[in-house]
Amino acid sequence: MDTLDIILTIVKVLVIFGGLMLMVAYMTLFERRVVAWIQNRIGPNRVGPNGILQPIADAIKLLTKEDVLPAGANKIIFSLAPTITFIPALLTIAVVPVSSSLTLFGRNITMVISDMNIGILYILAVSSIGVYGIILGGWASNSKYPLLGGIRSTAQMISYEVSMGLALVGLLMIAGTFSMTEIVNQQSSIIKWFVFRQPLGFILFAICALAETNRIPFDLPEAESELVGGYNTEYSSMKFAMFFMAEYAHIIAVSAIITTLYFGGWQGPILPPIIWFLIKVGFFLFAFVWIRGTLPRFRYDQLMRFGWLILLPLALLNILLTGIFMVL
Amino acid sequence: MQLAIFIIFAILCIFGSILVITLRSAVSSAIALVFVMCVIAGLFALVGALFVAALQVIVYAGAVMVLFLFIIMLLNLKEELISEDDKKFTRFLGIVLGTAFLFELAFFVRTALMRGSEALYEPVPKTLSSIAVISSELFTKFLFPFELTSVLLLIAIVGAILLAKKKNEK
Repeated sequence: MDTLDIILTIVKVLVIFGGLMLMVAYMTLFERRVVAWIQNRIGPNRVGPNGILQPIADAIKLLTKEDVLPAGANKIIFSLAPTITFIPALLTIAVVPVSSSLTLFGRNITMVISDMNIGILYILAVSSIGVYGIILGGWASNSKYPLLGGIRSTAQMISYEVSMGLALVGLLMIAGTFSMTEIVNQQSSIIKWFVFRQPLGFILFAICALAETNRIPFDLPEAESELVGGYNTEYSSMKFAMFFMAEYAHIIAVSAIITTLYFGGWQGPILPPIIWFLIKVGFFLFAFVWIRGTLPRFRYDQLMRFGWLILLPLALLNILLTGIFMVL
Repeated sequence: MQLAIFIIFAILCIFGSILVITLRSAVSSAIALVFVMCVIAGLFALVGALFVAALQVIVYAGAVMVLFLFIIMLLNLKEELISEDDKKFTRFLGIVLGTAFLFELAFFVRTALMRGSEALYEPVPKTLSSIAVISSELFTKFLFPFELTSVLLLIAIVGAILLAKKKNEK
């Protein structure tokens, strides 16, 4: 690896993470506007034209608020928890190819930060670290509701991680590779999209991914009516904001992963690949907000029963069916 | 470059390991252990064994330690839960195991030094680190231990269900 490669990698990291952070900021506005539209309201439209400066105003507000440390809280872990949640959510994007590779000055530049041959495993590994932030945040607050929220979220994430991993197995059997770039290359036309070859796998993965992001209808860790605010009850100021940024970063990452694995990634006709990628990701972001705006919350026992008694057997069935189709 | 990364990871690993045994609260200790496991995954990645690194994070840091933390939090372990008698016994056991481990470590360090410091971060040959190779080895050469492990896990699952059921019936 020479100096130019290192510089290129740094530029890619800056551009992709910078873009992701920008999307995280505007995701807050997007969600509020879309939910308002679903509920027949207007939503934030005062700061700048159509509320376009709202995220900046929010950031300034949150940064200047008092940072409260609850009595009896474990100071180090309490401060560390939001970061532990936020960083894995960002890191997942590192293996997602955002565009086709580019040839510039006789050099082949891949539009992915790290094209490792175990891309999918990397995603599973990184997202399994994210749960620590929530459980530790809940525990370190030294308060009842956050602890309950933290414990709930752990149980939920462990349960749905199993089904998520198994839902992907069917896709991996057909693709025969863990590399995200390879998987995108295999979906060169619409008929080859994995969503048509793995419909059940896609539905299962989408549900589990939704559960992993802790959003409605799976947002029991922060169910307001039962737990005040869940694991983030005691948090304030920027630490609180970090939890929310983590949630939005997670949603964007999940949308990008679904696009890449099941909807052909950046592949598409006429328009440049990066535009196709953003259109597809944008659609799933909208779908996430749409789901939030329309569905009620699960009850806790329903959630667990659904995860273990419906999703898990279906994921196993999917593997079996895929195997049968591959042999035939 | 590689040596520098190795040294950073090694120092972090030792630092984390010391934290695991010196921190008083069980939760902090468990977090330090998670940290050590992630650093070890980094070391695996450094030698090119990405698959093993990913598994290290998924299985140990992601699954096992989450359950550990979960249980520590549910039981709400306090610092002074270990009685004096237990402490004496664990101290004795610790000295014996520690000495044995020290010899083991000395042996490994000697072999590593004989091969030169590059051996520390020498990339694993591609033929050994790929998923296909690992899985075919696992299902042919090491089939018996592999199956044995799965039986062991099955026993553990059945045991856990049995324990959980007993409590409910009472």
